[in-house]
Amino acid sequence: MKLIGEKGVKRILMATAFSAISALLLIALFIINEGLPFIFKYGIKEFLFSSDWQPHLGKFGIYPMIVASLWVTLGAMIVGAPLGVAGALFLSEYVPKSVMNIIKPAIELLAAIPSVVYGFIGVMVLAPIIRENFGGPGLSLLAASIILGIMILPTVISISIDSILAVPQSYREGSLALGATTWQTIHMVTVKASRSGIIASIILGMGRAIGETMAVIMVAGNSVNIPHSPLDSVRTLTANIALEMSYATGLHRQALFATGVILFIVIIILNSIASVAIRKRMVKR
Amino acid sequence: MNIKFHIQDLNFYFNNEKVLKGINFEIPANKILGIIGPSGSGKTTFLRALNRMNDLETGTRIEGKILLDGEDIYNSDYDVVALRKKVGMVFAMPVPLPMSIYENVVYGPRLSGNNDKTRLDELVEKSLTAAYLWDEVKDRLKTSGMRLSGGQQQRLCLARVLAMEPEAILLDEPSSGLDPISTAKIEDALTELKKEYTIILVTNNTKQAARVADNTAFFLMGELIEIGSTGQIFTTPGKIETNDYITGRFG
Amino acid sequence: MRIHPRYTQRGAVAVLGGATVLTLMILVFIIVFILEKGLPVINLKFLTSNPEDMGRAGGIFPTLIGTILLPLLAIIIATPLGIFTSVYLSEYTKENKVTRIIRFGTDCLAGIPSIIFGLFGYIFFVITLGFGWSILSGGLTLAVMILPTIIRTSEEAIRAVPKSYREVSFSLGATSWQTVKKVILPNALPGIVTGIMLSVGRSIGETAAVIFTAGSSLRIPDSLFDSTRTMAVHFYILAREGISAENAYGTAATLIIAVLMVNLSAYWLMNRFISKRS
Repeated sequence: MKLIGEKGVKRILMATAFSAISALLLIALFIINEGLPFIFKYGIKEFLFSSDWQPHLGKFGIYPMIVASLWVTLGAMIVGAPLGVAGALFLSEYVPKSVMNIIKPAIELLAAIPSVVYGFIGVMVLAPIIRENFGGPGLSLLAASIILGIMILPTVISISIDSILAVPQSYREGSLALGATTWQTIHMVTVKASRSGIIASIILGMGRAIGETMAVIMVAGNSVNIPHSPLDSVRTLTANIALEMSYATGLHRQALFATGVILFIVIIILNSIASVAIRKRMVKR
Repeated sequence: MNIKFHIQDLNFYFNNEKVLKGINFEIPANKILGIIGPSGSGKTTFLRALNRMNDLETGTRIEGKILLDGEDIYNSDYDVVALRKKVGMVFAMPVPLPMSIYENVVYGPRLSGNNDKTRLDELVEKSLTAAYLWDEVKDRLKTSGMRLSGGQQQRLCLARVLAMEPEAILLDEPSSGLDPISTAKIEDALTELKKEYTIILVTNNTKQAARVADNTAFFLMGELIEIGSTGQIFTTPGKIETNDYITGRFG
Repeated sequence: MRIHPRYTQRGAVAVLGGATVLTLMILVFIIVFILEKGLPVINLKFLTSNPEDMGRAGGIFPTLIGTILLPLLAIIIATPLGIFTSVYLSEYTKENKVTRIIRFGTDCLAGIPSIIFGLFGYIFFVITLGFGWSILSGGLTLAVMILPTIIRTSEEAIRAVPKSYREVSFSLGATSWQTVKKVILPNALPGIVTGIMLSVGRSIGETAAVIFTAGSSLRIPDSLFDSTRTMAVHFYILAREGISAENAYGTAATLIIAVLMVNLSAYWLMNRFISKRS
């Protein structure tokens, strides 16, 4: 280090600091480079709005996959958001801190379970239940929504808890001193105050749900069609890429990269919104 | 009489607010200068200007010069790291680094590349003795510095500075959190140390300045109101503000 | 109809508490289900022998190698980059446009789904750089994936070091780098290590990015350029192709145990150092 001197050290550190943004640019560059020409060649309208996905005939309409991704994400939100926020509220407001300090990491363990394991459980446990009780193939939009909803729970709970705990104790005390119950304080004061953080956690969860691949491949059924009921088999954008990438060539492969471009853009937008909300809140604290 | 620091037309700005206004005076070597004044008068800002610790904050700007042994320390060529080795600082809250007592004391010397064990051992004993701490810790040099009492920690911080073999020592309200016995020990140490070092002591406690300082400077609202020998300041102050502060009319 | 607040309170506790219990039950169910069916399959032979007949019989040894090598390579690359980045952001700069751009890049990178990393790794490392399906391609791709996590946790750990330590160090004549090396990094180390371990945990379970970059060869790799299969990939293939439910459960159980061990160690480490400090 003496050879390099302080200025040298600073330069090296500065160079490494750009590694993250360089990687991001590199990723964007290569994905876009592979995918964008296709979109222009094929036509973005056809690509996004045609329901005709038959690669061997040169047809690359991803509309059914877009619809599937949207429904699956919506379903995941319906399952995961209320459950997550409810859990977060319970853990922050009703449970003593010592207990919370054990349970919160336990829930974060849910995040550590590999997505393929979630998918497997979906196949072996959830799909049969759906098939027997509701009909259909079991491997369905419903199954995917439930599994994804569970998968985003740790994200929603963790970030919501942080947000709820950041609400100053004086707010709660003021409300309780006026004779409110804990629940009244929660829904009239605390939730309002931590709203932006909770919403940010849900948006981040949305981002995860849209980008999830392995679990969805295993439980959603993977038929290319526009779903008419939650029991239908669907194929999401991510599943489409993963399933066909291994044997796709030429135009077909480019179409898959183009799908990746769409995904990339959507997720970057979602995550930017969420990150801005979270960082703003953290700085305020 | 040797002059250690020359302060010339010093103005200091924090985010465009002028916090030190037109400071001009000399600090003699090998004497203790006490700086007194109410909170917010700029005493600490002034002290931290002497070893450029203010550089660590954002939005600071300086006009004028501070000469140490005739050289302007704010000159762009001046080596700040070397400055801080020459001018050491003891902070208001004792901050032992999370290491052993021994490692705390040798932290500074090690930075300069001094790794000779014998030399370091000598330095540790000499510094801890001069800080009136050696007898209390000599048998547990390897234990953590964080286990000491508040008064001991502060003397450890003093020893840490002494191990750098500086020329001047700046102390920012060093005994504000300490009990009278620890305070007395630090004051005794300073009285001994001025023989070798120039000492500048900022204190909120006027009586401490009266006990220990050779000269006293009174700061108010960023200005140097008056400076003189301690005896003169406390018995026959020239300015009415000085008199009012010392007699407790405000503060 | 107005319900007395006392009853809405009780109702709320029931609903919210129920939600929490449900969440925990799901976690427990998943772990118990896999372990119950998979543990019986695991024995020394399973772990140390090679798969036979595409995995219908035999063990999972090569996948263990893959599961160790890929995250290892990823950590070796991402850790220094990540730590240096966070050091730069907290110690060498003040908040300005540049730091905001770096943080934005990090946040975006953190949100990119693994299939996109798979696509990127494939087109960049496998094809363009010509590494082929290999440990190298897989490890590099994983490195980019875990980089944001390491940056984030390192930065948090560095920020937790009290400002006064820095002041003291500087006042004794230390340079920025000396302060970082001798005071800040040693004190931030537990937090940093926790981040690393969490990243390892994530890498072990990663499938989409790995399949398209490291391939799925069942041979024991000789070099960095050889393809390899991780436990997660092996499990996926066994389950999806319906090759062997029994071995699938066994692989899944091993996978879960590995992941749990890593994550629990991370928590334990963090707690131990938190109590040591106070």
